[in-house]
Formats: sequence, structure tokens, C-alpha cells
Amino acid sequence: MGEIITANRLIDGVVVFQAEKGWVEDFAAAAIYDEGEAAKAALALARQDEASNHVVEPYPIVVEMRAGHYAPKALREAIRAAGPTTRLDLGKQAQGQSPRSLARA
Amino acid sequence: MYRYDEFDAGFVAQRVSQFRDQVERRLRGDLTEEQFRPHRLMNGLYLQLHAYMLRIAVPYGTLSSNQMRKLAEIARKYDRGYGHFTTRQNLQFNWPALKDVPDILAELASVEMHAIQTSGNCIRNVTADHFAGATADEIVDPRPYAEIIRQWSSQHPEFSFLPRKFKIAVNAAPKDRAAIRAHDIGLQAVRNENGEFGFTVFVGGGLGRTPMIGHKIRDFLPEADLLAYIAAILRVYNLEGRRDNKFKARIKILVHEKGEAAMREAVEAEFAAGERVGLELPAAEIARIRAYFALPALEAKKPVSDRCERRRGKDARFSSFMLCNVAPHKAVGYGVVTISLKPVGGVPGDATADQMDAVADLAEDYSADELRVSHEQNLVLPHVALDDLPAVYDRLASVGLATPNAGLVSDIIACPGLDYCALATARSIPIAQRISERFGDGARAKEIGPLKIKISGCINACGHHHIGHIGILGLERAGEETYQITLGGSGDETASIGQITGPGFSSENVVDAVETIVSTYKALRRDDSEDFLAAYRRVGMAPFKEALYERSAGSDI
Repeated sequence: MGEIITANRLIDGVVVFQAEKGWVEDFAAAAIYDEGEAAKAALALARQDEASNHVVEPYPIVVEMRAGHYAPKALREAIRAAGPTTRLDLGKQAQGQSPRSLARA
Repeated sequence: MYRYDEFDAGFVAQRVSQFRDQVERRLRGDLTEEQFRPHRLMNGLYLQLHAYMLRIAVPYGTLSSNQMRKLAEIARKYDRGYGHFTTRQNLQFNWPALKDVPDILAELASVEMHAIQTSGNCIRNVTADHFAGATADEIVDPRPYAEIIRQWSSQHPEFSFLPRKFKIAVNAAPKDRAAIRAHDIGLQAVRNENGEFGFTVFVGGGLGRTPMIGHKIRDFLPEADLLAYIAAILRVYNLEGRRDNKFKARIKILVHEKGEAAMREAVEAEFAAGERVGLELPAAEIARIRAYFALPALEAKKPVSDRCERRRGKDARFSSFMLCNVAPHKAVGYGVVTISLKPVGGVPGDATADQMDAVADLAEDYSADELRVSHEQNLVLPHVALDDLPAVYDRLASVGLATPNAGLVSDIIACPGLDYCALATARSIPIAQRISERFGDGARAKEIGPLKIKISGCINACGHHHIGHIGILGLERAGEETYQITLGGSGDETASIGQITGPGFSSENVVDAVETIVSTYKALRRDDSEDFLAAYRRVGMAPFKEALYERSAGSDI
């Protein structure tokens, strides 16, 4: 288990994830923090980006290992990281950016 | 249709330019999100699960061809090529970029549309019977009253910061197609013994986490007093409604806690004491607004169309379409056509830009340029000559919109649920898709008869599950989606809140549970003419409960 910091990009609302440097659209490229101090520090950094109007409403999500890859633990976050389950042609999944371990029925 | 006058056009244009300035200031960093949020919400712009979401008002569900084409154009140019028609007769775009929204609003203003008051604690889009102005059974077109309320309530200084959002619905036929008793204020147009128009007034209905059926507080309100009386209700609510707890802030809670009699007394006292100058509706003004909604000039027709009947005789699917999707029109030889946005396996309420264009063309060619959006997430061609039905049907079929299932088991209302919504606790669209795939739109659905299934993905109940004959509420339990089922709800003139069957069902089992309910109904109905709701009201919950939890392997207990 670990944590990832996510937010929406201010200018277009796109879901983004905090990476080593800046924010990325692809969940697979997100930085993963140990729960606790590291995640808190990352969130503090994200709040600075919020204050400087790059992103909106950053928050941490819990991720876990599935089939050798990290994936969001909660269904809500899995959908947010991939796109609507009813329209695979929309959202990040349409650009090959969904969490690698998320197998869709 | 109502047309903007100079004032309306100026007002909307001013709001567009205000919002453009607000967006620029937000993007520059002059406004924080906290400062900006109320401005974007007042313009219908939410931040949802994947992106921003723009909710566009379709006042009382009435659209022109031109407006529909503009929505299609916006879908292509600024969104992802489709739009979602909602249970509030509105349209939502799920993917707009904040930087583009001022341009989208300017495009909307060019066809007399906007997104004002589609969010926030104000009087929201006033909804109405989607067959209004066309249906054979109405005593008057309710839309002029809805338009008057819309004008009066737009940016109303006293009622723009209510304890909570406020929804008003107007209906004018004995059949309530606007679910008025599930609204904060429900208005039923009636005629008194002198033949004068007025309203029966219901207050305190609503769904959400505390579902309530509205209380009748006035049998007959003269139409001239419409605004003064609504203002009196809102004043009582504004003063006495709870602001300390968001979940108890709707007027339904006030009415429930205060009691129907005390609420009536308070409203009547406020109404009697209130300053009515400027609020009394002059007959001339009602007539002026009514003129915008005049029935279009329709060529005289025979009551039965030979062309239509010939097609009916040889095409079973067309015949089903006639039976389910065509309602009686007030003009002889015409019909009111429901365009189902519920293809089997489809997403309830979604329409592609190409479909919107096709529907706009049909409205232009066959329906006096008019369209309606229903709270059941369908579209309506209100004025179609029976002679034209075969052609209309064929053109609808060519764009995947001729599903003959209006009012049947697969005509399901579903909120966007967890696939789009930041508030949702479970998905609702996939459940709707699987139910419609199970029952289809053919012989099986027809055999089951009228049945309203409504699905919400959280307790806020945007999918109206409490008033579904079968209601499904998606919840999350220990990280898994689970679905609670209610039976016997109704949003019509016999409004009732559905009763919970018992423990919920997993996503895997919920469709089987619906099938168990449907099979139980079919086994116990007196005959084909006893529909699901009537049968449920006759026999009650017991046989369904027994089938679900004692006999069926589908239950999760």
C-alpha cells in the first residue's frame, strides 16, 4: 500500500497525478509515497501548486499492488484514473493511460 | 416558443461577460478556487470526477431545432461529441475545459440559452410536463407560467441565497408527467367552478436522503397570485429553513418538522400580509407570455392516417413504436412522439452530436421546429402529423433513435453515477445497461407492460429511485458496490415513495433480483391490464420479499 497525490488541472479540469517533478496525466507515471510523513510532505507540496493556481483540490489516494502494478484501491479512484467504465473510448483509458493493472470486463 | 426580448438578451450577455472576466481572473490567479467556486456554480459549472461539467438549462424542457443544433455544435467543438440529458430536463457536457466555458456560454447566448441557476442554493430551472403545449389531456399549456416564474426568479435578490436549492415543477394535465409532488413546490394547473385558471399548490416534496411527497397547501390559487404566493412560501422557507445542517436544509424538512397545517398557516399569513404590488400578475402580461407558446398552425388532418395504418399492419416494430412512443395530440391527426434515449444496452439520456442534429432536422421538417426534453431523459417531437410517422420513424431508426420502449421496462432513468459523478457511491449506468439488455425492447418488454425502473448512484437520488416502480439505489459497502431495491414508488398524480425490499444486492446479482421481481409480478397480476404498480399496490411487499429472499438464489443475505 502507498499513496499518490491527485488533483484536477485548473485550466481544463483534466485529472492529474503528482510525479517526481510536477504533474502528469498518466497514473502509471505518478510518484508513490509511503503512507505517513512522505505522503503528507507530498500533499503539502501539492497545496503549494494549488496556491499557485496550477491544480485544484489536491488529495491523497490509497494505492495497492495488483498483478505487479500499482492501482487505486477505491473503485472511485480507479474510474477517475481510467475513465468511465461504460465508455472505453473516453478518458485516460482512451489514450492508453489507465492504471496498468486495471482489467476491464 | 418564448423569444428573448432586449432585456433578456442584455441580461444573458452581461452574465457571459461577467463570467469571462471571472474565469480570466481565476486563471491569472487573482481569484482563489474558494472565491471562484460560487461564481462557477452560479453558471452551472461543476468540477466532477474526470473534468469540469457544464449543466445547461433547458427551461421547462423546451428547445428549438436551432438550439439543439447549437448543443450538437458545442458537443463537437468543445466536448467529446455527445451530451447527457438529465432528470431535470437539462443537458450536461462532461468534458469542457474551464478556459473554453466563456466561449461556450457566448455560443449558447447566441441561441437564447444559458447555464444560469443550474446550480447553487437558488431557484433552479423550472420544469414542466414534457408533453406541454401538445398533449390532448392538458387544460392549459403550463409553460407560460413556468416562463413567468423563470423570469421572476432569475437573479432574484431575495431568493438567490436560500438555505438550499429549490425546485419548482408545473403540470396542467390530470396525468402528472412532471412529478410535481416530488418537488419543493409543485403546481397543478386547474380550473375553478367559474372556469378560471389557477393552481393547486403542493409544498415540501423532494427525494434525496429524506424522500417526501409534497403536501397540498392550497386547493385553488388564482393565476394572478402565482408569484405572490410562491414568494410567500419562499419567505417562510428563507426565514425558518435550517441553515445549520445541509442535509436538513431543504423545504421538505421544514414542512415535515413544522407540519402541513402550520406550514399552510404560515404561508397564508405571509401571503396575506405580503407586499403584493408588482407581484400580482396582470392578465395582459399572462396573455403576452402565453402568445409565445401558441399552438403552431397545424394543417387539418384526418383522425386516422391510412399511410400510418398500412405501415402498422405490416411492421411489428413500427406498431410497437406507435403503441409506446406516440401519445395523443390535442390536434386531430397529430401525435406527440417520444424519442427514446434508451437503446438496449445504451447510456440513458446520452445523445451524440450527430443524433442531436438528426433530431433537430426532424423537428424542423415535421414538428413545427419544436422539441422537448423529458425528466425521464428522453426527447419529444411534440407536433407530428400521423401521416408523417412512418417517415419520422425511419429517419429516427437510421440514427439509432427508434427504440420502441417508452414507458417500458428498458426505458430506465439513471443518474451518471460513479462513472462520472464526484458524489456517487456506486455506478448506475452499467446496471441500467444490463437490465435493458436482459429485458430488451421487444416482445418480452411489451408483455411486462408499463414499468418504471429508476436508478441512482447515491442517496442524493438524481435518478429518482424513490419514485420508481422499481427503484435501485447504489451504495458502497466495504469497498464493494451494493444495490438497495425499493418497490411501489411513483412520481405521478398517485405519488408514493417506494419501500425497501430488504438487504441489498451485489452488482452481480441485482439484475437477477429485478428479474425475480418482474417474474413475481407476472405470476400474480390479475391480467395483462393490471400493471406492475397496480399489482404491487394490491398485494403489497410480501410476495416480492418472499421471492427475493426466501426462494431466489440471487439474494446476497
